[in-house]
Amino acid sequence: MVNTADVKPKTRQMSNLIYKYMRPEHLPHIWCPGCGNGIIMRDVAQAIENLGLSRNNTIIVSGIGCSSRAAGYLDFNTIHTTHGRAIAFATGIKLANPTLEVIVIAGDGDISAIGGNHLIHAARRNIGITVIVMNNNIYGMTGGQYSPTTPKGALGTTAPYGNLDRPFDIAGLAYGAGASFAARGSAFHVQQTINIIQEGIRHKGFSLIDVASVCPTYYGRKNKKGSAVDMLKWQRDNMIPAEKAATMDPVDLRGKLVVGILHQTQYKEFTYAYEQLIKRLYEEREANE
Amino acid sequence: MGDVVLMQGNEACVEGALAAGMRLYAGYPITPSTEIAELCALRLPQEGGKFIQMEDEIASIACAIGASVAGVKAMTATSGPGFSLKQENLGYAVLAEIPLVVVDVQRMGPSTGMPTSPSQGDMMMARWGTHGDHPVIALCPSSVKEAFDLTVRAFNLSEKFRTPVLLMMDEIIGHLREGMSVPDPEEIAIIDRPTVKYPDPKRLPYHMKKGQLVPEMAPFGMGQRYNITGLIHDESGFPTNSVEESEKMINRLMHKISDNYNYIKDIVTTNLDDADTAIFCYGGTARAVQSAVEMAREKGYKVGIFRPRTVWPFPENELLKAASKLKRIIVAEHNYGQMVLEVERVVKDNCKIDFVGKWNGSVITPAEILAKIEEA
Amino acid sequence: MNRQELRLAGSGGQGVILATVILAEAAILSGKHTAQSQAYGPEARGGSCKAETLISDTPIGFTKVQNPTFLMALTQSSFDQYGPEVDESCLVMIDSSLTVPEGFKAKNVVSLPILETARNKVGRLQTANIVAVGAINSLVGITDDETITKAVLMHVPKGTEELNMKALVEGKNLAEQWSKENKK
Repeated sequence: MVNTADVKPKTRQMSNLIYKYMRPEHLPHIWCPGCGNGIIMRDVAQAIENLGLSRNNTIIVSGIGCSSRAAGYLDFNTIHTTHGRAIAFATGIKLANPTLEVIVIAGDGDISAIGGNHLIHAARRNIGITVIVMNNNIYGMTGGQYSPTTPKGALGTTAPYGNLDRPFDIAGLAYGAGASFAARGSAFHVQQTINIIQEGIRHKGFSLIDVASVCPTYYGRKNKKGSAVDMLKWQRDNMIPAEKAATMDPVDLRGKLVVGILHQTQYKEFTYAYEQLIKRLYEEREANE
Repeated sequence: MGDVVLMQGNEACVEGALAAGMRLYAGYPITPSTEIAELCALRLPQEGGKFIQMEDEIASIACAIGASVAGVKAMTATSGPGFSLKQENLGYAVLAEIPLVVVDVQRMGPSTGMPTSPSQGDMMMARWGTHGDHPVIALCPSSVKEAFDLTVRAFNLSEKFRTPVLLMMDEIIGHLREGMSVPDPEEIAIIDRPTVKYPDPKRLPYHMKKGQLVPEMAPFGMGQRYNITGLIHDESGFPTNSVEESEKMINRLMHKISDNYNYIKDIVTTNLDDADTAIFCYGGTARAVQSAVEMAREKGYKVGIFRPRTVWPFPENELLKAASKLKRIIVAEHNYGQMVLEVERVVKDNCKIDFVGKWNGSVITPAEILAKIEEA
Repeated sequence: MNRQELRLAGSGGQGVILATVILAEAAILSGKHTAQSQAYGPEARGGSCKAETLISDTPIGFTKVQNPTFLMALTQSSFDQYGPEVDESCLVMIDSSLTVPEGFKAKNVVSLPILETARNKVGRLQTANIVAVGAINSLVGITDDETITKAVLMHVPKGTEELNMKALVEGKNLAEQWSKENKK
């Protein structure tokens, strides 16, 4: 077995990202060969690099699951919380200190099943955090049970006869709940996804980026999706840009991967509104004295 | 000391929290603790602090932990059903060593129970509610003034020992209005968590220097980058599966509380010097006990009171010492028998143990306690 | 030792709890010890409601009323519920719309048109609790006029001060009138 920490990075850019934004002493990561999460973690690091964010001022919050291990690998202020609760922890951090850039990295089960309530309410509240979902359509850490994004009919260890549930569109769910920024990326579309994450972080308000990952170990094997490369090729061949999708009949979009910024609006960010309230009360008190 | 003002127990808790430096409250409405949330919503922005009504009880404690990680003293309050929901993240705060105050204004259960009726039925949940072995600090006020004072102390203990502290109120005290003198700010001793003064990339976030009670804490954003996790971790803050490190960590968490028990303990005794009988009580029940003991003394009974204000950790040695001079201990509490189990465990055969309980939503009266005293 | 145990009962929404809070406030302002508490159903309006204020010269242990020295009832159902619990010496004040059952134990029953006074003389039925406070203070003798006025003003909403002051005075007048008529 080759320790990836011993492998010389092939490009200078990769070396920079690892040594500047990750914790090499905690690599190699625990993700399986072919897992899409590593690519997405790198996209996050690249987006942060492009934006020039301060490492000391940036907080990575994660829940529990495969995706949540990213917090341990990224060299920021990182907090690996309880299952489903990353957004609630992040809300406390952001409200306590709104100058911090708070990024949540979560999985599909973490964010839309056990943590679904926090997702919709953070979206409604429009609190200025960025949520990046590593969506692999399965519970990977526990060994391949169906998740809220497992397609209907697909197999999982708890769906031996095929999944009876209909899947969530997490980006659509967030937008429907009031998120002012909802987008989708994919493990294959690296450049687009980096750009989308950058826009999500820059956006003043709640932003959610649902990134299609791949899980060849559980989802792929159970559902005969081929190798990790085959699964990434599927993403390549079935991608439709958001701008084009907007003009298409929803029926034609079934089974396709719409990538891009799906929705973006502007309204007052929660912690800003709260600071304004504090200011107003202070001014009223001053005026009365 | 300020003038005596009329205040409700729940209000006194909020004023105590503000005096202690609370600057963020996250909560969810639930009877009979709701006044705490309402008053925080009003008062915190006036003090430059933040109030947030979260979507549920779990989110409330998670939000408060997040705020504490960012360096702000935080609190959440609830009642029985909500206290059940908070248990997982309570354990997170214990393991990750995040200061936090959690208030439970106890009501009758189980389940939805009787929401406006008094109870002390969460005392064992306070001790054992979150999974895994862990230490607990829990305080019980018996008056509005104590609701203020013990909230301040709960913050101070949580900051000093980097651990969540439970304020186990009950409906009797939470909804009681009585006079209390609000201390002047300069009369209140405030303890802040030991904090990292300057960032050092080589610092191990959970390493303790000699003489330190707990590792210094770095608020997120101050420049000391590190990892916090609910997994068993070593001094680096990263997960470990090492048998040695796991045992070391749990031992350290246990010992930071048990080794400092004398600092944490808080017991009020009344009329024990000549007593052959003591009433063991805590929280709102103590008020009926106080009246009952006055009545019994008038009748010539030699009765005293043993009242822990710090109920967890349990005052083992102090109770055993008291028991050695007593013929009988009567435990009075608003439940089917919870702390009486601890009393029995500690006192054993050193004296007789009797129990006065209530589990029907009504209040134990002085007459009922007096009757038990006279039974002897 | 002077100790008053006041129990006020009515239906939710009548402001019974607030009345006991104001009486407790008056006690504090007069340098006395007090304990106020309430028992109520979950309904904000219409359910039965009982609230209590203890007033004492010495510190208070048990915080609930055990043997009421005073009972007020504004509705027949609350009177029927709490009336039988009082003994002979308890002073009972009821709204004049209520009827006293045969064989009622308490000797002193003061029947006053509290609700009618609030509705017609003050002009707002919602001020009945303050009318009651005025009458109770006069009958029980908790504090002086100035202090009870201050206690009321500390607890009524802004903009309703004048109305509530009127209610307080009308309540006091009702009690004084009754005392005059019943003095032998």
